[in-house]
Amino acid sequence: MISQKCKGARDLLPKDMQAFRFIENAFSQSCLKWGYKEVQTPTLEYLHLFTSAGTLTPNMLSKVYSFLDWDGWSGERVVLRPDGTIPVARLYIENLPQNEIARLFYVTNVFAFEETGTENREKWQCGVELLGSNKPASDTELILLSMEILEQLGIDNVEVQLSHAGVLNALIKELKLNSDEEVRLLDRILDGNWQALTEAGPKNSEINRLVSLFLDPKGKASGFLENLKAMPQLPSNLKVALTNFTEIAGMLDALQCSYRIDITSTRGFEYYTGLCFQLLYRGSMIGSGGRYDNLVPLIGGPETPACGFALYMEPLSNLLQTQIGKKAGSEIMVKCNTATVDAIRTSYELARKLRRKGFVTILDFDGRQTGKLKQVIVQDKPASFLVIDPSTNVKKEASSITEAIKMVGGAT
Amino acid sequence: MSTADNFDSIRLALPKGRLLSSTACLLSQAQLEFEDYTPGTRAYRLKSNRLPNLSAKIFQEKDIPVQVAVGNYDLGICSQDWIEELLAKYPSSNVLKVADLAYGKGNLYLAASRYGNISSLRTLAAAQNMLRIVTEYPNLAELAALALRLKRFSIFPVWGAAEAYPPENADLALTWAKDESELKSQSLIPLKTLIPSTAFLIANRDSWQAKNVSRIMNYLSRALEMPDKPWLKIGTQSRKSSNDYHPSTNKDKVWLALPDGHQQPPAAELLSRAGLHILGYSEDNLSRRPVFEEDWLMAKVIRPQDMPLQVANGNFDLAITGKDWLLDHVSRFPASPVAELSDLGFGQVRIVAVVPEQFPAADMDEFKRAHDFRAVPIRVASEYINMADKYLRDKRVGQYKLIPTWGASEAFLPEDADLLIENTQTGRTLAKHNLKILDTIMKSTACLIGNKYSLGIPSKKKRIDSLMATFRRAVPDN
Repeated sequence: MISQKCKGARDLLPKDMQAFRFIENAFSQSCLKWGYKEVQTPTLEYLHLFTSAGTLTPNMLSKVYSFLDWDGWSGERVVLRPDGTIPVARLYIENLPQNEIARLFYVTNVFAFEETGTENREKWQCGVELLGSNKPASDTELILLSMEILEQLGIDNVEVQLSHAGVLNALIKELKLNSDEEVRLLDRILDGNWQALTEAGPKNSEINRLVSLFLDPKGKASGFLENLKAMPQLPSNLKVALTNFTEIAGMLDALQCSYRIDITSTRGFEYYTGLCFQLLYRGSMIGSGGRYDNLVPLIGGPETPACGFALYMEPLSNLLQTQIGKKAGSEIMVKCNTATVDAIRTSYELARKLRRKGFVTILDFDGRQTGKLKQVIVQDKPASFLVIDPSTNVKKEASSITEAIKMVGGAT
Repeated sequence: MSTADNFDSIRLALPKGRLLSSTACLLSQAQLEFEDYTPGTRAYRLKSNRLPNLSAKIFQEKDIPVQVAVGNYDLGICSQDWIEELLAKYPSSNVLKVADLAYGKGNLYLAASRYGNISSLRTLAAAQNMLRIVTEYPNLAELAALALRLKRFSIFPVWGAAEAYPPENADLALTWAKDESELKSQSLIPLKTLIPSTAFLIANRDSWQAKNVSRIMNYLSRALEMPDKPWLKIGTQSRKSSNDYHPSTNKDKVWLALPDGHQQPPAAELLSRAGLHILGYSEDNLSRRPVFEEDWLMAKVIRPQDMPLQVANGNFDLAITGKDWLLDHVSRFPASPVAELSDLGFGQVRIVAVVPEQFPAADMDEFKRAHDFRAVPIRVASEYINMADKYLRDKRVGQYKLIPTWGASEAFLPEDADLLIENTQTGRTLAKHNLKILDTIMKSTACLIGNKYSLGIPSKKKRIDSLMATFRRAVPDN
């Protein structure tokens, strides 16, 4: 059969949705306990929300699904949400009191074109945004929350990778480029080309040495950052960013949360201004986040420090599927082989009562094979119930609904 | 040495218009000339005299990269700007740029009006308001706007006359010109040269990988390596209309868009019958901005295809266009504030669904049924892309692909499309090309269209009403 599914699209089957809901539940339960409130933004947004320098890189913009709406004669385009954070920042500006800290979370899909069509063009993520606080404790809060959610999901030994967009921006500033060149260099770096940063400065210059000292070694504790901070003649911008980075790393040290420092691990988002973190499990990225203090003013709101993260549904659900499949719930099949009104009524009543007791109950009037399910066969004339447990091959007869429920294991 | 029979059959897409004379000259120097490939030709399908396996078809330049990319043609010749326009939206298109043919030199410029308040790219980046970009190259325009990090922009795709829009109706024009001085003669100043463009020989990637086109390449290369290249000396006379800007601050003025091209003579005749005197709107003296004697009535000359969108955006209060283009517009934007105000009688055409004569169907239902057995989508070529889309949806045609064309659509059947949605006056041209009509979608005449919001302004409404009355009296049989 020819598949009629759109290229790059994906059907979520029952086993996928089981994993999806499991992750969603663990995520929202943890968020709620930490005082975060759930929000949802529309699938359609205006393109201009995402075009300013400092939002999405041109490379990401070139993969956005944009089109004219049915009333789009002005030529202004709308997009399928290409990012989770920017719409939430817009929601915050338009709807929430801006003198208070907002703790928000959401489960959403984001859309980006992917050329081969072998990867998903629609991806789901569990996002968290903390708006209104510039404290290092907030950055730390997000890392701890993300770790707790992953723990709830049974995913241990997650590797936390830290970097700092403020440090990166300060290094770029030291190259003394004009603002156009700066943006272009940043775009290249965020698309993964870190080589560009080492090549931007003159060879063997002071600045190039500084850049390589920041890029090459990977730190394992806040001491590494202290070392960098203690270097002679450090530009003041860089010092400010490093102080912030050190403070957060120090907190994580105190909380015995281990991490790896790799300045080159920031990817994709122009809006990050401070600490960035990636969550890796066995080498694959399962989540990322960071601080984005300029985003809210960029899209028309007041100065608002903010940070957030997202966990990626797809790799997480691949990790969890095998273990979720094993714990299938207790299901019972109620079979009714005679089509008399009494038997049908009795079957529905039995099923209703079983469901009330917490059993997943499937009704069958078709005489299908039941496989390994426990079953209750409703018999007519005289009304009675045959309870079969295929695992033990025990058959018992009950004379009432109450007795039948007791036999399958439901207390009365 | 193999004989001609051993060579694969090769299909070549050749341009109409600006590049035709130079291309014909190059082909004849390469001894690959086609008899009917001359300016003003009415033929579409050409056979090579020299190589029996070589055939060619004439297209609007803009259609050529698409036709080559989808594999309908193995080779094509067109200007680089149209190749880039395709690649801007579809970077993985199956097009290979084989050779720069060096003629038809020009540039794609991002330009602003000399009379506006944009003078450099720096001003653009600082702009907080919506920047309107008018262009025949919407894909390149979007790419350029994103690359320039314009915060808020909208793109008006137009069929032509982009230079006429700034400064009042657009902030920027992305347009082709031979050089800066040609651009400046249109009252535009270049902000950025996006792409230098010349004619290119392009190939379909699969054809290039699998077929042997070397014979044609050898002929062409021999010509391209000649010391004397007469095709480079053929001047392309660009007959552009003047475009002088008259600043106006009066808000009560009524803006009227007048058609260029085929519709210009009957529209001018109508104005004169209505007793409206206008300067600069005759075939021998055509300005983009003709001047009415009535000082409250302002005019601009643009393509009729572009008028409904421009009226919807409030750039014009009124326009003289065809009902066909109005229907195409409202098919795309059902809630558009554009309405037909008055039938003007001239320019009668029918919009029809057309198939090849020999296709075994007498109406659309039979056509659909005949196609239901084939698992491939129906290829539908049309200039009226939105009208065609709505028509096919309403007719519940299951799988179809729309192929936008820019004129000369009848050439697409039967090789490059299965169905054509096209206008016809008498049906004679269609019959001549062995095509038959399955259905009439609408009857169209020229009409006066207007913006509903303009009619809501009392001072404007009075003037528009009186103008409508004048037009009605001038329409014969009315």
